[in-house]
Amino acid sequence: MSFARRSLLSAAAASPLLLGRGARAQAATLKIGVLNDQSGVYKDISGPTSVAAVRQAIQDFGARSGLTVEVVAGDHQNKPDVGSNIARQWLDRDGVDVIVDVPNSAVALAVNGVVREKNKVFLNSGAATADLTGAQCTPNTIHWTYDTWMLAKSTGGAMVKAGGDSWFFVTADYAFGHALERDTGNFVKASGGRVLGNVRAPLGNTDFSSFLVQAQSSRAKIIGLANAGADTVNAVKQAAEFGITRRGTKIAVLLMFINDVHALGLAAAQGLVLTETFYWDLNDRTRAFTNRVKPHMAGNMPSMSHAGCYSAVLHYLKAAADMGPAAAKADGAAAVARMKAMPTDDDCFGAGSVRADGRKIHPAYLFEVKAPGESKGAWDYYKLLQTTPIDEAFRPLAEGGCPLVRS
Amino acid sequence: MDEIFGIPAPLLFGQLLLGLINGAFYAMMSLGLAVIFGLLNIINFTHGAQFMMGAFAAWMLLEWLGLNYWWALVLVPIIIGFTGVVLERLMISRLYKLDHIYGLLLTFGVGLIIEGIFRNQFGSSGLPYRIPPELQGAWDLGFMYMPIYRGWVVVAALVLCLATWLLIEKTRLGAYLRAATENAPLVQAFGVNVPRMVTLTYGFGVALAAIGGVLAAPIYSVNPQMGTNLIIVVFAVVVIGGMGSIIGSIVTGFGLGIVEGLTKVFWPEASATVVFVIMAIVLVARPAGLFGRA
Repeated sequence: MSFARRSLLSAAAASPLLLGRGARAQAATLKIGVLNDQSGVYKDISGPTSVAAVRQAIQDFGARSGLTVEVVAGDHQNKPDVGSNIARQWLDRDGVDVIVDVPNSAVALAVNGVVREKNKVFLNSGAATADLTGAQCTPNTIHWTYDTWMLAKSTGGAMVKAGGDSWFFVTADYAFGHALERDTGNFVKASGGRVLGNVRAPLGNTDFSSFLVQAQSSRAKIIGLANAGADTVNAVKQAAEFGITRRGTKIAVLLMFINDVHALGLAAAQGLVLTETFYWDLNDRTRAFTNRVKPHMAGNMPSMSHAGCYSAVLHYLKAAADMGPAAAKADGAAAVARMKAMPTDDDCFGAGSVRADGRKIHPAYLFEVKAPGESKGAWDYYKLLQTTPIDEAFRPLAEGGCPLVRS
Repeated sequence: MDEIFGIPAPLLFGQLLLGLINGAFYAMMSLGLAVIFGLLNIINFTHGAQFMMGAFAAWMLLEWLGLNYWWALVLVPIIIGFTGVVLERLMISRLYKLDHIYGLLLTFGVGLIIEGIFRNQFGSSGLPYRIPPELQGAWDLGFMYMPIYRGWVVVAALVLCLATWLLIEKTRLGAYLRAATENAPLVQAFGVNVPRMVTLTYGFGVALAAIGGVLAAPIYSVNPQMGTNLIIVVFAVVVIGGMGSIIGSIVTGFGLGIVEGLTKVFWPEASATVVFVIMAIVLVARPAGLFGRA
């Protein structure tokens, strides 16, 4: 039975979804490949909505420049081998210059290596692992939107400060979950808190009640959910069901997007504390961006990950226009160096910059999910609790162990 | 505090109970598969998608028509069961004379298509569905906090399983069904409309999956891939219990739920694989399954 499933999947993998207008690229046409999950668990937080965000960036910038830009999209199916195969094909054969988005830390790390080898540009928005700007950093990669260190500091730090000094982690058992647990654990300990234990739940596990009951019996004040997507939604739903929060234990959701909150519904999600670097209703500029892009998003709402795709592509186009599209195509590392030299500014994240290690920096926002009575309309979900300023939100440059920084 | 194998006793009892609750889902799902395989000889890979459709149908009834959980429990099995009847008439019925593998491929493909359509229509993040007000709250058992809804799921699953078993093993209709499995032409010769019976049996199996979906909607995320996550484990349950064995799938469903629950305490990382390890051992030692006839 499983052999049939596998061969069907690999047949599907061999045909990446092409949204471009054919492969007849002219010399000065910039080609952007959006590589993400178009059909699986991360479709709503990346998927076609990211493609719409990238097209918006091209439209917003296009009027000001003579650049011709083409967009293709591919489905990596959350498999590192599928992702790096599509990346290789795009860069070798199809003339793609930039790969954008790539959620799923495992796939992102694989694509990271391919892009460096081909000297192209990798603008990651969707993946969480802070290793992309740490030990695995390259001169071709910029990690745009968020990372595990930033989430750990914003959400973890705030909960310890509010009295949550003993933690138990329920962790997704793969690279991303381990990194998030490690980074959060370090913050808890550094702030004088204790980590009482952890349990590693297999990815895609549907029933979290066993793990939650174990976490509760540790008598920790905070249960940290180091997972994502449907895993987090299931765990939060079941924590409410088993009365975990009614007994005073708090749930820390370490990674949650507005699309996950929508899936949970405010009744189950109210009171959760989470961190994003973008919220559509944050200020006039974010609202303006959302109004422009929303008609192209098929009912979905932009999360920080989609905003990151927009912002990253916009900044790349600025750099490419500045150095000339031919030069930007010829040398990916040079294009990234130009992006690092220019300050960033856009509707989603405001003013910011790209550091030497490839980390894009901007403020991080700690939100609380509103109760159903407080929400005034569709997607009115967050209350701003605190803002971590731009120079404190991400891991200090010297601590990441990125070889580009030492040299 | 008393400890058993270094685990506090209350925690262990709690996990046994949770295992039983999950086992209820496994039993209900594998029961539908066993009924379909036993009578149609079709390995119904669409079962996960039909489970998912059950959960979505409950959501649609609530959001679009304002019909609550209890209505869903009655209407959803009928609606989804009917889609099963249509599927059987239009496609599956053409494959009975062919090898098992054709039925498997067809139902697998249909399952993928249904899942894709729902993902396209409703996205991948899922939709909220609340526990009905009558079943909210929980009992404090001392060693754990037991949500009333989970208790309801176990009771509902047990009643359904028992009723299905009685229907097939103890009634005249069940006797016809079993006879048709053994020798369809002979039963037809006695004036029983075998093709219609087979069609309705498929619809019944699908309805069981749909009820599972309705029961699951308030506790799991209602999303297009919810069936895929469950169905692989359920297939292992069916193989361990013995393909087509009704009682086997019920007992194995509850048993494996408990085994999985205990694994979550002693070695959480292995909890997703333990069922398949058991399946491998059973296949080597008793290829027909624990309750199957070789």
